[in-house]
Amino acid sequence: MSTLLDEMMKNNSSTALPKYVAKDFQSDQDVRWCPGCGDYSILAQTQRVMPDLGIPKHKLVFVSGIGCSSRFPYYMNAYGFHGIHGRATVIATGLKIARPDLSVWVVTGDGDGMSIGGNHFIHLMRRNLDLNVLLFNNQIYGLTKGQYSPTSEMGKITKSTPYGSLDYPFNPAALALGASATFVARTLDRDPKHMQSIIRRAAAHKGTSFVEIYQNCNVFNDGAFFQFTEKDSKDDNVVFIEHGKPLVFGKEKDKGIRLNGFTLEVVSLKDGKYSVNDLLVHNEKDTTLAFILADMTYKPHLPRPVGIFLAIDRPVYETEIENQIAFAKEKRGVGDMKKLLNSGETWVVQ
Amino acid sequence: MSQKTTENLDEVTIRFAGDSGDGMQLTGTQFTNTTAILGNDLSTLPDYPAEIRAPAGTLFGVSGFQIHFGSMEINTPGDHCDVLVAMNAAALKVNLGSLLDGGSIIVNTDGFNDKNLKLAGYAQSPLTDGSLSKYQLFEVDISKLTALALQDMAMTSKLVDRSKNFFALGMMYWMYNRPLETTIEWLKGKFKSKPDILEANIRVLKAGWNYGETTEIFSVRYEVGPAKLAPGRYRNITGNQAVAWGLMTAAKKAQLDLFLGTYPITPASDILHELSLYKSHGVKTFQAEDEIAGICSAIGASFGGALGATTTSGPGVALKTEAIGLAVMVELPLVIVNVQRGGPSTGLPTKTEQSDLLQALYGRNGEAPIPVIAASTPSDCFDTAFEACRIALKYMTPVMLLTDGYLGNGSEPWLIPEYDNLPDISHPFATNPEGFQPYARDEKTLSRPWAIPGTPGLEHRIGGLEKENITGNVSYDPENHDLMNHLRTEKIERIANDIPLAHVEGDSQGDVLVVGWGGTYGAIRTAVLRQREKGHSVSHLHLRYLNPLPRNLGEVLAKFKRVLVPEINLGQLVKVLRAKYLVPATGFNKVRGLPFRSVELEKEIEEILKGTK
Repeated sequence: MSTLLDEMMKNNSSTALPKYVAKDFQSDQDVRWCPGCGDYSILAQTQRVMPDLGIPKHKLVFVSGIGCSSRFPYYMNAYGFHGIHGRATVIATGLKIARPDLSVWVVTGDGDGMSIGGNHFIHLMRRNLDLNVLLFNNQIYGLTKGQYSPTSEMGKITKSTPYGSLDYPFNPAALALGASATFVARTLDRDPKHMQSIIRRAAAHKGTSFVEIYQNCNVFNDGAFFQFTEKDSKDDNVVFIEHGKPLVFGKEKDKGIRLNGFTLEVVSLKDGKYSVNDLLVHNEKDTTLAFILADMTYKPHLPRPVGIFLAIDRPVYETEIENQIAFAKEKRGVGDMKKLLNSGETWVVQ
Repeated sequence: MSQKTTENLDEVTIRFAGDSGDGMQLTGTQFTNTTAILGNDLSTLPDYPAEIRAPAGTLFGVSGFQIHFGSMEINTPGDHCDVLVAMNAAALKVNLGSLLDGGSIIVNTDGFNDKNLKLAGYAQSPLTDGSLSKYQLFEVDISKLTALALQDMAMTSKLVDRSKNFFALGMMYWMYNRPLETTIEWLKGKFKSKPDILEANIRVLKAGWNYGETTEIFSVRYEVGPAKLAPGRYRNITGNQAVAWGLMTAAKKAQLDLFLGTYPITPASDILHELSLYKSHGVKTFQAEDEIAGICSAIGASFGGALGATTTSGPGVALKTEAIGLAVMVELPLVIVNVQRGGPSTGLPTKTEQSDLLQALYGRNGEAPIPVIAASTPSDCFDTAFEACRIALKYMTPVMLLTDGYLGNGSEPWLIPEYDNLPDISHPFATNPEGFQPYARDEKTLSRPWAIPGTPGLEHRIGGLEKENITGNVSYDPENHDLMNHLRTEKIERIANDIPLAHVEGDSQGDVLVVGWGGTYGAIRTAVLRQREKGHSVSHLHLRYLNPLPRNLGEVLAKFKRVLVPEINLGQLVKVLRAKYLVPATGFNKVRGLPFRSVELEKEIEEILKGTK
């Protein structure tokens, strides 16, 4: 017997893909983030990328938890689910298992995803459902008005830590890698082009794609990432990692990263001692390298790595479920409830 | 061969008891299946410790399985047992209190060595000190006889020892004149790939049977004829299996895929185990990382158009509470099964209790009403699971189904329902974009449309923030919040128009009405029937629907002079009835982790009748 869902999908399968523009993905709701918030850029880049993905908008679902970032689904003209704190990842997991045909996006923040939802986050990474996770990292709690977050730097003075925070911060990229993620990337709210390219790659990845987006909270943590995003400082403080390319950075492209044993070091390309050929070349298929690069984060003598740390293939969870179902149906025949009820040891009372 | 006589019995209760590693649950289950197929009515009570392999020989490691069967209507696993099979000293000590005076004890003498006696706290052996003189004691060296039966097989002593439960089972099959075939067939399936173990177990089973047949020790065997059950095809079923099948059947009758998001917890895990078998039926089971992920994944699946369900026990419900509130707010169908156990906190994981009723009714932040229904017997778990799904889908609401450890693990013969006669409970998804509003409501049920992702033109957003009536947009408007609270509540209250009226078993008026809910059905029914046989004016009302309550409940209660509400908690339903109907209902409450005994209920009813309580 076919289900109502089968029928619905059959009826809608012939719908031709319309030619979308970014505006088609804007909902009728007023965007209510603070003026100047980095979230605006993320929303704009996402809406800009969507028309290129070849996905009809009725197949798009944005799922979020709680926090400033989690208002995101209201502003996307697609299906949306604003869940409860920390649980977007699992709501999305159930949705994707039930509906592998949908393109499901999780929007979360450093509080929602790393703190209250930390457990679900790591389990999502290891399971590798074909979901896309956008984590807006502003290193602060915005919606609750300015407490430190699990990614805040140590010693941070906030409303809840007047003497400075004592917690060592999570490095989301390393956490995701540690949980066996298959796609891990980092991008910046103030670099629209880079963000668009990363979102495109994330959408194309088969498996869970995790994108950490450095996002400025101009009210409670203004300038947290300015050294990585502002014109006069970014070139010397950020290294953009790209598959197959050596790690070069600096305003004059005159610095590079070299692997010395297991240690990364910054070398000058100007003094004739090292050339580009001595530099570490990124390979996004190499899990060990991904760990080494993610570990550059928070090391003051190294530039901040931005780009795709890892993009590898591993079986996709919901596909494996479908495979098991197909296998069981082939082996045992399609389940018949009437037969099952009457199966095994039964007896008749006259 | 010695001369044996056969006696006829209407009913018998046997308790198998041994170490948690002795295979007593398996022995009991096998005896149950064989007995069911012979056409007896029956009821079982597995009673096992929370420790998987507690140290051998200790009191806290004792595992028991009680079966009450007969040629008459059987409603409970038996207040007391007639026969106790004790595999060691600790098993005897723990279970002797449940044996009737004059009852039989069959002991494995090998389990009464000095070490066993010391672990059980016996200063001297109860087998020799005369303390068991009021019982019929049968001493059998089961361990030695098992080893003898297997002496020519090259098996480790550990493996040999693990077969000894089949010796005990064989003896009991002989004593109650049951055939060995059902168990032999089961063994053949179970040990298909281990022919040695298969042969060993069959040999030992037969050795036990032959021991009964040939030795002088047993002079009487018993015959328990088939019960008069309603005609039809039967099977034996546990409550947990019945829940699983009820959910599956409901999903098929709703033309939906079943999704179970859950986290293992005693005593509910068997529902997950059962459902995970049925991939060929398209059932998707997801063992989540925790209870919260279990329910949230089910909510996500429901959002996507599946029948979402989650199964747990009390502590798990506590963790799922926030998500249940979310399901109330987003008005999606969801079934939450709580197989209740002893609480609070971790409590008594393997014991039964009814102490989560108020949690089910009220345990959420905000005004978050949900329908709550409760199963009364193991097989009723099928009907109530089906009903929970029907309500969830029709009213777009989370529904809580309460069962308990006693129902979940207990079993009884079940008249298999005619699948084709079960109602269609499907509701079409919303498809028409014209004038679509996510929170527009059906005039009659107040239910909102189920518009699932993938439907062109129905793109919309839902979430845990308060919704504006009709549009579903986020709204902080005070009047709207008040309206939405009333609408959500009224939607649940209207379900009262869609459920049966309260039905009294016995006279519809009189001296005492015993009102129960959930797994106490069998004990209350037995007690009330016995009281009626004695000529007392006592009736029984068992509530399946705890929220909303049946429309006529107030009138029904008012027709009795006294209302007695026995519960395995400290008085939860009685609180609700007193508050809602202003009746002077009296509670009878014991929280021992065990089902009620019908005799204690009878005693209480008699005191109420006498006016001493």
